[in-house]
Amino acid sequence: MKEKARSTSRVTRRRVLTTAAGAAGAAVGSGLVKGFPTIWAQNIKDVTLTHVGMSYSTIIDIARQATKDLGFKVEMAVTDHAGFVNRVTTQPDSVDIADGELWQALLVVPRGSYQPINVKKIKLWDKMTPIYTKGTFDGKQVSRIGISPIKVQYLSGAEAKSFAKEPTDWATFVPGFYNADTLGMRPDLIHRPIEHWGELFNSEFKGKAAIQDIPAIGIMDAAMAAEANGAIKYADKGNMTRAEIDKTIALLIDLKKQGHWRALWSTFDESVNLMAAGEVVIQSMWSPAVTAVRSRGIPCYYVPLSEGYRGWGNGLALMKHLNGIKLDAAYEYINWYQSGWVGGFIAKQGYYVPVPETAKNFLTADEWGYWYEGKPAKEPITDPYGKVMEKAGAVRDGGSYEARFSKIACWNTLMDEARYMNEKWNQYRTA
Amino acid sequence: MKLAIPTKAVPYLEVAPLAIVLLFFFVVPMAMVLVASFFDYNMTGIIPTFTLTNYIDLLTSRTTLELYLETLKFALIVWAITLVLGFTIAYFLAFHVRNPLIAIGLLLLCTVPFWTSDIIRMISWIPLLGKYGVFNRALLELGVVDSPVQWLLFSDFAVVVAYVHLFTLFMIVPIFNSMARIDRSLIEAAVDAGAGRLRVLTEVVIPLSKTGIALGSIFVITLVMGDFFIVKIMSGGRSASVVMAVFEDVNLLFYPPAAASAVLLLIIVTLIVSFILRVVDVRKELMG
Repeated sequence: MKEKARSTSRVTRRRVLTTAAGAAGAAVGSGLVKGFPTIWAQNIKDVTLTHVGMSYSTIIDIARQATKDLGFKVEMAVTDHAGFVNRVTTQPDSVDIADGELWQALLVVPRGSYQPINVKKIKLWDKMTPIYTKGTFDGKQVSRIGISPIKVQYLSGAEAKSFAKEPTDWATFVPGFYNADTLGMRPDLIHRPIEHWGELFNSEFKGKAAIQDIPAIGIMDAAMAAEANGAIKYADKGNMTRAEIDKTIALLIDLKKQGHWRALWSTFDESVNLMAAGEVVIQSMWSPAVTAVRSRGIPCYYVPLSEGYRGWGNGLALMKHLNGIKLDAAYEYINWYQSGWVGGFIAKQGYYVPVPETAKNFLTADEWGYWYEGKPAKEPITDPYGKVMEKAGAVRDGGSYEARFSKIACWNTLMDEARYMNEKWNQYRTA
Repeated sequence: MKLAIPTKAVPYLEVAPLAIVLLFFFVVPMAMVLVASFFDYNMTGIIPTFTLTNYIDLLTSRTTLELYLETLKFALIVWAITLVLGFTIAYFLAFHVRNPLIAIGLLLLCTVPFWTSDIIRMISWIPLLGKYGVFNRALLELGVVDSPVQWLLFSDFAVVVAYVHLFTLFMIVPIFNSMARIDRSLIEAAVDAGAGRLRVLTEVVIPLSKTGIALGSIFVITLVMGDFFIVKIMSGGRSASVVMAVFEDVNLLFYPPAAASAVLLLIIVTLIVSFILRVVDVRKELMG
């Protein structure tokens, strides 16, 4: 009986969501929502936008919903990190919307592949999280270590290929998904609390620890640990000197020689499998990977650490070749992107969107409480596809949105010495 | 009607399609890589001036030497193992399987590893070789070891296993091909003349399979030298290869140093291949 009641209530919730989405779509279609021009309603149907990005953000459901709501076609194309920068810079015409990571903008913008976005044409610009638009959170300055969003958010002018330090009317991209990463652990195999990044290097976990094999991110996790342990002091770990890189790599090689690392993982699936199989008990991880381990019924905890989180983020940029009706469609799409459906969908993956208030309309009060407010779930929590992933009573690791983002210690980075770093990282691999 | 093509032009016309394809899809791109390897670069783009910096950086870096040693080590080990395995399997298929249809069928079975994607194939090794995988379970149950052995997965051993699993086929096919063309009466003659099995093998079969062995060796060595994915996944990031350095550069759009690494790799692989071809004159063997 109870089971039945629950399923009925879920159907109802789903129906509410669909209705809401439909209503939003109708509102857009009828021109009720200001800022959406409607004069070209006929020819815009022929427009197809190609949204290119990494696998975690180019989700087909988003394209389907956009196509339904907007009346023109949106397609998703998935690349890996290397594929993204290479495609966007060498085959720019094959991309319309470029959904890249913050640090990738450093490579793409000087090469002139994007066109600046006029923020006046972005309806919710003033509602966007200040993490991106002002470089602050809760009135306080957000960490500038690594590629903090504000460092790449604004361009110096309509034709500029360089970034502006202060807000301007020209944006590199509209903010996309972002999150705060930390270490994942197996609480059933580590029977004590983990509070510091330094634990990643603890000899207690010899042969059972892992870090990610993406040099730019792996080095940040290593630096967080080295700094927490007091092993290395960095002037700016987001932009290390050669000497600092040498020291960090030497430390990693030393640990490797002691047999500390079980593996370095390079794909999402690998990190899930390592953790689920018990090969590794502590490692750097991405939030949905933790969820994936847990949905197999294996305990996995995304530990809030006292030194703070390593932040990362994306942005949706418009490609240079867009013009006329296609450019209008692209603006309409990036405005739609902020209007809530996407935010509600991706929240269930553990990611955040720049205008959380709109996402709220597409989540139940219970889901909002769980994902954004750090409250215990009253009902079972489902993933974006409706699969139950947490029982009632569960609380999200790391607590609320505010608790998380007030503790960003650094961001994913691209150092001036990136090439030297890669070379050193290869030395670490072969050591 | 008779076509009025001069006899001399015929061979040129015959090679023309392949030559054109090679020109556009091999010679031109290689020339561009070569040119790019002399360009300068920074974080914001490529600077088309002539510089030797990329080569100087490459040739003076300790990482280059370490990567080449690592890659050559794998190439050598994998070559030796696939040679023994490939030769044995080809021998079995060519001389012990009487029905040629069954032999071809069994040969096709050797392609099974290629029926699935790279990622799936790599991930599938975890339940087999992992800490709590099938092999470790078996070893524990049999009392061979007290605690799971770690070196089965994410190790050089695992890399070699994956290479052998995939590349043995490239050894089997050319060797099988050579063996299939050995005139059976030669073997009969050798046996009639009093040769034992071993002598037939060393004095008839091996010399007549040289072409296949040489071609198989070229395949296997170039495949290993050009890999970065298998080594990355199977070593669990604990090993690297020459191409991985190229990949990391391309990842950040540093094309000139990537091009320089590619040119150096091409030179080294060409040297290895020409050495093999010097030992075995493939063309003569194929024609004869």
